[in-house]
Amino acid sequence: MGGLVGDIREIIFETLRSSLPKPVEITENTHIVEDLGLDSVAVMDFVMEIEDRLDISVPLDKIAEIETVGDLIAAMQNLRAGS
Amino acid sequence: MSLFTKFASLAAQYRQLEEAGANPFNVSFDSVLSPTEAMLKGRSVLLLGTNNYLGLTYDPAVIAKAVEATERYGTGTTGSRIANGSYAGHQELEQALAGYFNRKHGMVFSTGYQANLGMLSTLAGKDDHLILDADSHASIYDGARLGYAQVTRFRHNSPEDLDNRLRRLKDTPGDKVIVVEGIYSMLGDTAPLKEFAAVKRSYPDTYLVVDEAHSLGVLGENGRGLAEAAGVEADVDFVVGTFSKSLGGVGGFCVSDAEGFDILRVVTRPYMFTASLPPGVIAATLEALHQLQTRPALRRQLTENANRLYDGLAALGFTVGPEPSPVVSTVMPSPEAAFAFWARLLHGGLYTNVSLPPATPKGLALLRSSVSAAHTPAQIDHAIAMFAEAGRELGLIPAAGAKSQGEPVLATAK
Repeated sequence: MGGLVGDIREIIFETLRSSLPKPVEITENTHIVEDLGLDSVAVMDFVMEIEDRLDISVPLDKIAEIETVGDLIAAMQNLRAGS
Repeated sequence: MSLFTKFASLAAQYRQLEEAGANPFNVSFDSVLSPTEAMLKGRSVLLLGTNNYLGLTYDPAVIAKAVEATERYGTGTTGSRIANGSYAGHQELEQALAGYFNRKHGMVFSTGYQANLGMLSTLAGKDDHLILDADSHASIYDGARLGYAQVTRFRHNSPEDLDNRLRRLKDTPGDKVIVVEGIYSMLGDTAPLKEFAAVKRSYPDTYLVVDEAHSLGVLGENGRGLAEAAGVEADVDFVVGTFSKSLGGVGGFCVSDAEGFDILRVVTRPYMFTASLPPGVIAATLEALHQLQTRPALRRQLTENANRLYDGLAALGFTVGPEPSPVVSTVMPSPEAAFAFWARLLHGGLYTNVSLPPATPKGLALLRSSVSAAHTPAQIDHAIAMFAEAGRELGLIPAAGAKSQGEPVLATAK
Protein backbone atom coordinates (compact mmCIF):
# COMPACT_ATOMS: atom_id res chain seq x y z
CA MET A 1 0.00 0.00 0.00
CA GLY A 2 1.03 3.64 -0.77
CA GLY A 3 4.16 5.29 0.46
CA LEU A 4 5.62 5.57 -2.99
CA VAL A 5 7.31 8.89 -3.62
CA GLY A 6 5.13 9.62 -6.64
CA ASP A 7 1.92 8.83 -4.77
CA ILE A 8 2.64 11.22 -1.92
CA ARG A 9 3.68 13.94 -4.33
CA GLU A 10 0.49 13.50 -6.36
CA ILE A 11 -1.72 13.46 -3.26
CA ILE A 12 -0.15 16.69 -1.98
CA PHE A 13 -0.54 18.50 -5.30
CA GLU A 14 -4.11 17.33 -5.65
CA THR A 15 -5.07 18.32 -2.08
CA LEU A 16 -3.37 21.68 -2.41
CA ARG A 17 -5.16 22.47 -5.67
CA SER A 18 -8.55 21.57 -4.27
CA SER A 19 -8.07 23.68 -1.14
CA LEU A 20 -7.20 26.89 -2.97
CA PRO A 21 -9.98 29.30 -3.87
CA LYS A 22 -8.66 29.77 -7.43
CA PRO A 23 -6.35 27.70 -9.62
CA VAL A 24 -2.67 28.58 -9.26
CA GLU A 25 0.29 26.87 -10.90
CA ILE A 26 2.06 24.84 -8.23
CA THR A 27 5.59 23.45 -8.35
CA GLU A 28 7.88 22.04 -5.70
CA ASN A 29 9.37 25.52 -5.36
CA THR A 30 6.03 27.16 -4.61
CA HIS A 31 6.21 28.95 -1.27
CA ILE A 32 3.12 27.92 0.68
CA VAL A 33 2.59 31.10 2.70
CA GLU A 34 3.97 33.75 0.33
CA ASP A 35 2.86 32.36 -3.03
CA LEU A 36 -0.44 30.82 -2.02
CA GLY A 37 -1.44 33.39 0.58
CA LEU A 38 -2.41 30.83 3.22
CA ASP A 39 -2.27 31.96 6.85
CA SER A 40 -0.91 29.78 9.66
CA VAL A 41 -4.26 28.18 10.42
CA ALA A 42 -5.07 27.60 6.74
CA VAL A 43 -1.75 25.77 6.35
CA MET A 44 -2.52 23.57 9.36
CA ASP A 45 -6.02 22.88 8.01
CA PHE A 46 -4.63 21.92 4.64
CA VAL A 47 -2.05 19.61 6.23
CA MET A 48 -4.96 17.91 7.99
CA GLU A 49 -6.38 16.87 4.63
CA ILE A 50 -3.08 15.25 3.76
CA GLU A 51 -2.86 13.60 7.18
CA ASP A 52 -6.23 11.96 6.49
CA ARG A 53 -5.20 10.80 3.03
CA LEU A 54 -1.90 9.32 4.22
CA ASP A 55 -3.13 8.24 7.69
CA ILE A 56 -0.29 10.00 9.48
CA SER A 57 -0.11 12.75 12.12
CA VAL A 58 2.21 15.68 11.47
CA PRO A 59 3.47 17.41 14.64
CA LEU A 60 3.03 21.20 14.64
CA ASP A 61 6.77 21.88 14.92
CA LYS A 62 7.26 19.95 11.68
CA ILE A 63 4.55 22.02 9.97
CA ALA A 64 6.26 25.19 11.17
CA GLU A 65 9.47 24.18 9.41
CA ILE A 66 7.76 23.70 6.05
CA GLU A 67 8.17 26.59 3.61
CA THR A 68 7.79 25.19 0.11
CA VAL A 69 5.68 22.47 -1.44
CA GLY A 70 8.92 20.50 -1.85
CA ASP A 71 9.57 20.75 1.93
CA LEU A 72 6.06 19.47 2.53
CA ILE A 73 6.55 16.48 0.22
CA ALA A 74 9.86 15.63 1.91
CA ALA A 75 8.36 15.94 5.40
CA MET A 76 5.44 13.67 4.51
CA GLN A 77 7.74 11.10 2.94
CA ASN A 78 9.91 11.04 6.07
CA LEU A 79 6.92 10.69 8.38
CA ARG A 80 5.42 8.01 6.22
CA ALA A 81 8.70 6.12 6.10
CA GLY A 82 9.02 6.37 9.88
CA SER A 83 5.50 5.18 10.65
CA MET B 1 14.19 48.31 6.94
CA SER B 2 13.26 48.06 10.57
CA LEU B 3 12.30 45.49 13.14
CA PHE B 4 8.69 46.08 12.24
CA THR B 5 9.03 45.59 8.48
CA LYS B 6 7.67 42.10 8.91
CA PHE B 7 4.40 43.58 10.13
CA ALA B 8 4.09 46.06 7.25
CA SER B 9 0.93 44.69 5.65
CA LEU B 10 -0.80 44.26 9.00
CA ALA B 11 0.31 47.75 10.03
CA ALA B 12 -1.22 49.21 6.87
CA GLN B 13 -4.57 47.58 7.64
CA TYR B 14 -4.39 48.76 11.24
CA ARG B 15 -3.62 52.32 10.14
CA GLN B 16 -6.62 52.22 7.81
CA LEU B 17 -8.90 51.34 10.69
CA GLU B 18 -7.41 54.09 12.83
CA GLU B 19 -7.84 56.63 10.04
CA ALA B 20 -11.44 55.60 9.54
CA GLY B 21 -11.89 56.38 13.25
CA ALA B 22 -13.34 52.93 13.87
CA ASN B 23 -10.76 50.45 15.06
CA PRO B 24 -12.39 47.51 16.85
CA PHE B 25 -9.01 46.55 18.32
CA ASN B 26 -8.34 49.90 19.97
CA VAL B 27 -11.45 51.05 21.77
CA SER B 28 -10.97 53.19 24.85
CA PHE B 29 -14.02 53.85 26.99
CA ASP B 30 -14.33 57.17 28.82
CA SER B 31 -15.77 55.20 31.68
CA VAL B 32 -17.57 51.94 32.35
CA LEU B 33 -20.81 52.37 34.27
CA SER B 34 -22.13 48.88 34.89
CA PRO B 35 -21.79 45.33 33.48
CA THR B 36 -23.88 46.45 30.50
CA GLU B 37 -23.18 50.15 30.00
CA ALA B 38 -20.22 52.41 29.30
CA MET B 39 -19.46 55.89 28.02
CA LEU B 40 -17.53 56.29 24.78
CA LYS B 41 -16.64 59.69 23.35
CA GLY B 42 -19.25 61.28 25.56
CA ARG B 43 -22.03 58.91 24.47
CA SER B 44 -23.65 56.02 26.25
CA VAL B 45 -23.11 52.55 24.76
CA LEU B 46 -24.69 49.20 25.50
CA LEU B 47 -22.01 46.56 26.13
CA LEU B 48 -22.62 43.34 24.20
CA GLY B 49 -19.10 42.02 23.93
CA THR B 50 -17.34 41.80 27.28
CA ASN B 51 -17.70 38.12 28.37
CA ASN B 52 -19.17 39.38 31.66
CA TYR B 53 -21.47 36.37 31.74
CA LEU B 54 -22.93 36.67 35.22
CA GLY B 55 -22.54 40.44 35.47
CA LEU B 56 -20.72 40.18 38.80
CA THR B 57 -18.21 43.00 38.20
CA TYR B 58 -20.39 45.49 40.07
CA ASP B 59 -21.87 43.13 42.64
CA PRO B 60 -21.83 45.05 45.96
CA ALA B 61 -20.69 42.04 48.01
CA VAL B 62 -17.88 41.26 45.57
CA ILE B 63 -16.71 44.88 45.63
CA ALA B 64 -16.92 45.02 49.44
CA LYS B 65 -14.67 41.98 49.74
CA ALA B 66 -12.15 43.46 47.32
CA VAL B 67 -12.06 46.73 49.27
CA GLU B 68 -11.77 45.02 52.64
CA ALA B 69 -8.92 42.74 51.51
CA THR B 70 -7.08 45.61 49.83
CA GLU B 71 -7.28 47.71 52.99
CA ARG B 72 -6.13 44.84 55.19
CA TYR B 73 -3.51 43.14 53.04
CA GLY B 74 -2.40 45.82 50.63
CA THR B 75 -2.60 46.37 46.89
CA GLY B 76 -0.25 43.66 45.73
CA THR B 77 1.92 40.71 46.69
CA THR B 78 4.92 42.24 44.88
CA GLY B 79 6.11 38.88 43.67
CA SER B 80 5.63 35.19 43.13
CA ARG B 81 4.30 32.72 45.64
CA ILE B 82 7.51 30.73 45.74
CA ALA B 83 9.59 33.82 46.50
CA ASN B 84 7.24 36.06 48.47
CA GLY B 85 5.02 33.40 49.98
CA SER B 86 1.31 32.80 49.67
CA TYR B 87 -1.29 34.85 51.49
CA ALA B 88 -4.11 33.05 53.29
CA GLY B 89 -6.48 34.05 50.49
CA HIS B 90 -4.55 32.21 47.78
CA GLN B 91 -4.92 28.91 49.59
CA GLU B 92 -8.49 29.65 50.62
CA LEU B 93 -9.44 30.27 46.99
CA GLU B 94 -7.65 27.12 45.84
CA GLN B 95 -9.53 25.08 48.42
CA ALA B 96 -12.82 26.74 47.53
CA LEU B 97 -12.32 25.94 43.84
CA ALA B 98 -11.31 22.34 44.56
CA GLY B 99 -14.34 21.98 46.84
CA TYR B 100 -16.71 23.44 44.27
CA PHE B 101 -15.45 21.06 41.57
CA ASN B 102 -15.33 18.09 44.02
CA ARG B 103 -11.61 17.72 43.36
CA LYS B 104 -8.71 17.12 45.70
CA HIS B 105 -6.44 19.84 44.39
CA GLY B 106 -6.60 23.37 43.09
CA MET B 107 -3.99 25.78 41.82
CA VAL B 108 -4.44 29.45 41.03
CA PHE B 109 -2.64 31.32 38.23
CA SER B 110 -2.38 35.04 37.61
CA THR B 111 -4.41 34.90 34.37
CA GLY B 112 -6.41 32.31 32.48
CA TYR B 113 -3.86 32.53 29.69
CA GLN B 114 -1.12 31.59 32.13
CA ALA B 115 -3.16 28.67 33.48
CA ASN B 116 -3.12 27.11 30.00
CA LEU B 117 0.47 28.13 29.41
CA GLY B 118 1.47 26.51 32.69
CA MET B 119 -0.61 23.36 32.59
CA LEU B 120 -0.03 22.38 28.97
CA SER B 121 3.69 23.11 28.97
CA THR B 122 4.15 21.06 32.14
CA LEU B 123 1.71 18.14 31.97
CA ALA B 124 3.14 16.83 28.71
CA GLY B 125 6.91 16.43 28.74
CA LYS B 126 9.48 15.76 26.04
CA ASP B 127 8.37 12.22 25.24
CA ASP B 128 4.65 12.87 25.66
CA HIS B 129 1.99 13.96 23.20
CA LEU B 130 -0.43 16.86 23.28
CA ILE B 131 -3.49 16.41 21.11
CA LEU B 132 -5.40 19.65 20.66
CA ASP B 133 -8.77 20.44 19.15
CA ALA B 134 -7.96 22.42 16.00
CA ASP B 135 -10.08 25.41 17.09
CA SER B 136 -8.31 25.77 20.45
CA HIS B 137 -7.73 29.20 21.95
CA ALA B 138 -4.35 30.90 21.43
CA SER B 139 -3.41 30.22 25.07
CA ILE B 140 -3.67 26.47 24.40
CA TYR B 141 -1.51 26.70 21.28
CA ASP B 142 0.99 28.87 23.15
CA GLY B 143 1.06 26.51 26.13
CA ALA B 144 1.75 23.65 23.72
CA ARG B 145 4.60 25.62 22.15
CA LEU B 146 6.14 26.48 25.50
CA GLY B 147 6.57 22.82 26.39
CA TYR B 148 8.55 20.05 24.76
CA ALA B 149 5.85 17.56 23.87
CA GLN B 150 4.94 16.51 20.34
CA VAL B 151 1.84 18.47 19.39
CA THR B 152 -0.82 17.47 16.90
CA ARG B 153 -4.30 18.83 16.33
CA PHE B 154 -7.50 17.01 15.47
CA ARG B 155 -10.50 18.25 13.52
CA HIS B 156 -12.66 20.56 15.58
CA ASN B 157 -15.22 18.64 17.65
CA SER B 158 -14.49 15.36 15.85
CA PRO B 159 -14.29 12.31 18.16
CA GLU B 160 -13.51 10.27 15.05
CA ASP B 161 -10.41 12.29 14.21
CA LEU B 162 -9.32 12.25 17.86
CA ASP B 163 -9.60 8.47 17.71
CA ASN B 164 -7.48 8.44 14.52
CA ARG B 165 -4.75 10.46 16.23
CA LEU B 166 -4.70 8.21 19.30
CA ARG B 167 -4.70 5.09 17.15
CA ARG B 168 -1.65 6.36 15.21
CA LEU B 169 0.13 6.87 18.54
CA LYS B 170 -0.90 3.49 19.97
CA ASP B 171 2.55 1.96 19.77
CA THR B 172 4.43 5.17 20.53
CA PRO B 173 5.62 5.46 24.13
CA GLY B 174 4.70 8.46 26.26
CA ASP B 175 1.54 9.87 27.83
CA LYS B 176 -1.15 11.39 25.65
CA VAL B 177 -2.88 14.56 26.80
CA ILE B 178 -6.07 15.63 25.02
CA VAL B 179 -7.12 19.28 25.25
CA VAL B 180 -10.62 20.57 24.46
CA GLU B 181 -12.76 23.52 25.50
CA GLY B 182 -16.21 23.64 27.07
CA ILE B 183 -17.58 26.50 24.96
CA TYR B 184 -15.49 27.74 22.04
CA SER B 185 -15.07 31.48 22.26
CA MET B 186 -15.46 32.32 18.59
CA LEU B 187 -18.70 30.56 17.57
CA GLY B 188 -20.06 29.62 20.98
CA ASP B 189 -20.29 25.92 20.15
CA THR B 190 -19.73 23.21 22.79
CA ALA B 191 -17.54 20.12 22.56
CA PRO B 192 -19.10 16.62 22.20
CA LEU B 193 -17.51 15.81 25.54
CA LYS B 194 -19.31 12.52 26.19
CA GLU B 195 -17.96 11.14 22.91
CA PHE B 196 -14.48 12.53 23.57
CA ALA B 197 -14.51 10.92 27.02
CA ALA B 198 -15.44 7.56 25.48
CA VAL B 199 -12.54 7.80 23.00
CA LYS B 200 -10.18 8.75 25.82
CA ARG B 201 -11.27 5.75 27.91
CA SER B 202 -10.43 3.36 25.11
CA TYR B 203 -6.71 4.21 25.12
CA PRO B 204 -4.19 3.67 27.93
CA ASP B 205 -2.03 6.47 29.37
CA THR B 206 -4.39 9.09 27.98
CA TYR B 207 -5.55 12.16 29.92
CA LEU B 208 -8.23 14.74 29.27
CA VAL B 209 -7.90 18.48 29.95
CA VAL B 210 -11.02 20.62 29.56
CA ASP B 211 -10.78 24.40 29.44
CA GLU B 212 -14.04 25.67 30.92
CA ALA B 213 -13.12 29.36 30.49
CA HIS B 214 -16.39 30.25 28.76
CA SER B 215 -18.54 27.53 30.34
CA LEU B 216 -17.82 27.97 34.08
CA GLY B 217 -20.93 29.43 35.65
CA VAL B 218 -22.73 28.98 32.34
CA LEU B 219 -23.28 25.23 31.84
CA GLY B 220 -24.20 22.42 34.22
CA GLU B 221 -26.72 22.10 37.04
CA ASN B 222 -24.24 23.72 39.44
CA GLY B 223 -22.43 25.81 36.87
CA ARG B 224 -19.32 23.64 36.82
CA GLY B 225 -19.22 23.74 33.06
CA LEU B 226 -19.58 21.37 30.13
CA ALA B 227 -18.12 18.36 31.95
CA GLU B 228 -20.91 18.62 34.51
CA ALA B 229 -23.56 19.24 31.86
CA ALA B 230 -22.37 16.22 29.86
CA GLY B 231 -22.10 14.03 32.98
CA VAL B 232 -18.47 13.13 32.37
CA GLU B 233 -16.62 14.90 35.17
CA ALA B 234 -15.04 11.58 36.22
CA ASP B 235 -13.36 11.30 32.81
CA VAL B 236 -11.87 14.79 32.95
CA ASP B 237 -8.45 14.70 34.59
CA PHE B 238 -7.78 18.43 34.66
CA VAL B 239 -10.20 21.34 34.53
CA VAL B 240 -8.67 24.67 33.55
CA GLY B 241 -10.54 27.94 33.74
CA THR B 242 -10.48 31.67 34.25
CA PHE B 243 -11.73 34.22 36.77
CA SER B 244 -12.08 36.91 34.13
CA LYS B 245 -15.41 35.93 32.61
CA SER B 246 -18.22 34.58 34.79
CA LEU B 247 -16.29 35.49 37.97
CA GLY B 248 -15.75 39.07 36.90
CA GLY B 249 -12.11 39.41 37.98
CA VAL B 250 -8.78 38.26 36.60
CA GLY B 251 -6.80 35.06 37.09
CA GLY B 252 -6.87 31.41 36.14
CA PHE B 253 -7.00 28.03 37.80
CA CYS B 254 -6.64 24.29 37.45
CA VAL B 255 -8.38 21.66 39.58
CA SER B 256 -7.68 17.94 39.56
CA ASP B 257 -7.67 14.71 41.52
CA ALA B 258 -4.27 13.72 40.14
CA GLU B 259 -2.04 12.28 42.81
CA GLY B 260 1.07 14.35 43.44
CA PHE B 261 -0.54 17.45 41.91
CA ASP B 262 1.32 19.87 44.21
CA ILE B 263 4.68 19.18 42.56
CA LEU B 264 3.36 21.40 39.76
CA ARG B 265 4.00 24.39 42.04
CA VAL B 266 7.75 24.00 41.62
CA VAL B 267 7.91 22.91 37.98
CA THR B 268 5.30 25.10 36.25
CA ARG B 269 7.17 28.16 35.07
CA PRO B 270 4.13 30.40 34.29
CA TYR B 271 3.08 29.78 37.92
CA MET B 272 6.52 30.19 39.47
CA PHE B 273 8.01 33.16 37.69
CA THR B 274 5.25 35.72 37.85
CA ALA B 275 3.60 37.79 40.56
CA SER B 276 0.69 36.14 42.35
CA LEU B 277 -2.75 37.71 42.31
CA PRO B 278 -3.30 40.71 44.61
CA PRO B 279 -5.38 40.17 47.79
CA GLY B 280 -8.25 42.29 46.45
CA VAL B 281 -8.62 40.13 43.34
CA ILE B 282 -8.43 36.92 45.36
CA ALA B 283 -11.07 38.09 47.84
CA ALA B 284 -13.36 39.33 45.06
CA THR B 285 -13.02 36.03 43.19
CA LEU B 286 -13.84 34.04 46.33
CA GLU B 287 -17.00 36.06 46.80
CA ALA B 288 -17.90 35.82 43.11
CA LEU B 289 -17.48 32.04 43.30
CA HIS B 290 -19.82 32.07 46.29
CA GLN B 291 -22.37 34.11 44.31
CA LEU B 292 -22.02 31.78 41.33
CA GLN B 293 -22.86 28.83 43.57
CA THR B 294 -25.69 30.40 45.53
CA ARG B 295 -27.49 32.33 42.79
CA PRO B 296 -28.55 29.84 40.11
CA ALA B 297 -31.05 32.45 38.94
CA LEU B 298 -28.13 34.29 37.31
CA ARG B 299 -27.42 31.26 35.16
CA ARG B 300 -31.06 30.92 34.17
CA GLN B 301 -31.24 34.59 33.24
CA LEU B 302 -28.02 34.28 31.22
CA THR B 303 -29.43 31.32 29.29
CA GLU B 304 -32.68 33.17 28.61
CA ASN B 305 -30.79 36.21 27.39
CA ALA B 306 -28.48 34.11 25.22
CA ASN B 307 -31.42 32.31 23.61
CA ARG B 308 -33.23 35.58 23.07
CA LEU B 309 -30.30 37.14 21.21
CA TYR B 310 -29.44 33.98 19.25
CA ASP B 311 -33.04 33.38 18.14
CA GLY B 312 -33.54 37.06 17.38
CA LEU B 313 -30.49 37.33 15.14
CA ALA B 314 -31.20 34.02 13.40
CA ALA B 315 -34.76 35.16 12.69
CA LEU B 316 -33.43 38.31 11.04
CA GLY B 317 -31.51 36.13 8.57
CA PHE B 318 -28.03 36.35 10.05
CA THR B 319 -25.86 33.26 9.89
CA VAL B 320 -25.28 32.41 13.53
CA GLY B 321 -23.22 29.71 15.29
CA PRO B 322 -24.36 26.09 15.56
CA GLU B 323 -26.04 26.41 18.96
CA PRO B 324 -27.23 29.15 21.32
CA SER B 325 -24.74 30.10 24.02
CA PRO B 326 -23.67 33.32 25.73
CA VAL B 327 -21.27 33.78 22.79
CA VAL B 328 -23.42 34.79 19.82
CA SER B 329 -21.51 35.34 16.60
CA THR B 330 -22.83 36.29 13.20
CA VAL B 331 -20.86 35.36 10.10
CA MET B 332 -19.85 38.32 7.92
CA PRO B 333 -19.11 38.02 4.20
CA SER B 334 -15.67 39.65 4.62
CA PRO B 335 -13.45 41.41 7.16
CA GLU B 336 -14.44 44.72 5.53
CA ALA B 337 -18.12 43.95 6.07
CA ALA B 338 -17.36 43.02 9.69
CA PHE B 339 -15.56 46.34 10.23
CA ALA B 340 -18.35 48.35 8.60
CA PHE B 341 -21.06 46.53 10.54
CA TRP B 342 -19.16 46.86 13.82
CA ALA B 343 -18.64 50.60 13.27
CA ARG B 344 -22.29 51.10 12.35
CA LEU B 345 -23.46 49.29 15.49
CA LEU B 346 -21.08 51.27 17.67
CA HIS B 347 -22.20 54.50 16.06
CA GLY B 348 -25.72 53.55 17.11
CA GLY B 349 -24.53 52.87 20.67
CA LEU B 350 -23.91 49.10 20.68
CA TYR B 351 -20.49 47.65 21.52
CA THR B 352 -19.64 44.25 20.01
CA ASN B 353 -16.42 42.53 18.83
CA VAL B 354 -14.84 41.80 15.46
CA SER B 355 -13.06 38.45 15.20
CA LEU B 356 -10.91 37.64 12.20
CA PRO B 357 -8.74 34.79 10.93
CA PRO B 358 -6.42 33.28 12.04
CA ALA B 359 -8.15 33.70 15.43
CA THR B 360 -11.38 32.36 13.91
CA PRO B 361 -12.03 28.92 12.43
CA LYS B 362 -12.28 28.30 8.70
CA GLY B 363 -11.17 31.78 7.75
CA LEU B 364 -14.46 33.29 8.95
CA ALA B 365 -14.93 36.98 9.63
CA LEU B 366 -17.22 37.30 12.64
CA LEU B 367 -19.19 39.98 14.37
CA ARG B 368 -19.13 38.53 17.86
CA SER B 369 -21.40 39.33 20.76
CA SER B 370 -21.45 38.03 24.29
CA VAL B 371 -24.43 38.16 26.58
CA SER B 372 -24.62 38.81 30.34
CA ALA B 373 -27.15 37.81 32.98
CA ALA B 374 -27.14 41.52 33.78
CA HIS B 375 -28.73 42.40 30.42
CA THR B 376 -32.43 43.14 30.66
CA PRO B 377 -34.70 41.59 28.04
CA ALA B 378 -35.31 45.17 26.85
CA GLN B 379 -31.58 45.67 26.29
CA ILE B 380 -31.38 42.44 24.29
CA ASP B 381 -34.36 43.49 22.19
CA HIS B 382 -32.79 46.88 21.62
CA ALA B 383 -29.59 45.16 20.44
CA ILE B 384 -31.56 42.94 18.05
CA ALA B 385 -33.32 46.01 16.65
CA MET B 386 -29.96 47.66 16.04
CA PHE B 387 -28.64 44.54 14.30
CA ALA B 388 -31.76 44.61 12.11
CA GLU B 389 -31.39 48.25 11.18
CA ALA B 390 -27.64 48.17 10.54
CA GLY B 391 -27.78 44.77 8.86
CA ARG B 392 -30.44 45.93 6.38
CA GLU B 393 -28.69 49.21 5.77
CA LEU B 394 -25.50 47.36 4.82
CA GLY B 395 -27.33 44.68 2.86
CA LEU B 396 -26.21 41.89 5.17
CA ILE B 397 -29.73 40.60 5.75
CA PRO B 398 -32.93 40.71 3.68
CA ALA B 399 -35.25 43.71 3.93
CA ALA B 400 -37.94 43.72 6.63
CA GLY B 401 -40.73 41.29 5.82
CA ALA B 402 -38.69 39.48 3.15
CA LYS B 403 -37.97 35.80 3.62
CA SER B 404 -34.38 35.10 4.55
CA GLN B 405 -32.59 32.85 2.12
CA GLY B 406 -30.27 30.01 2.82
CA GLU B 407 -29.30 28.14 5.90
CA PRO B 408 -29.19 30.50 8.89
CA VAL B 409 -27.18 28.24 11.16
CA LEU B 410 -23.55 27.59 10.53
CA ALA B 411 -22.78 23.91 10.84
CA THR B 412 -19.28 23.41 12.16
CA ALA B 413 -19.03 19.70 11.45
CA LYS B 414 -16.94 18.94 8.40
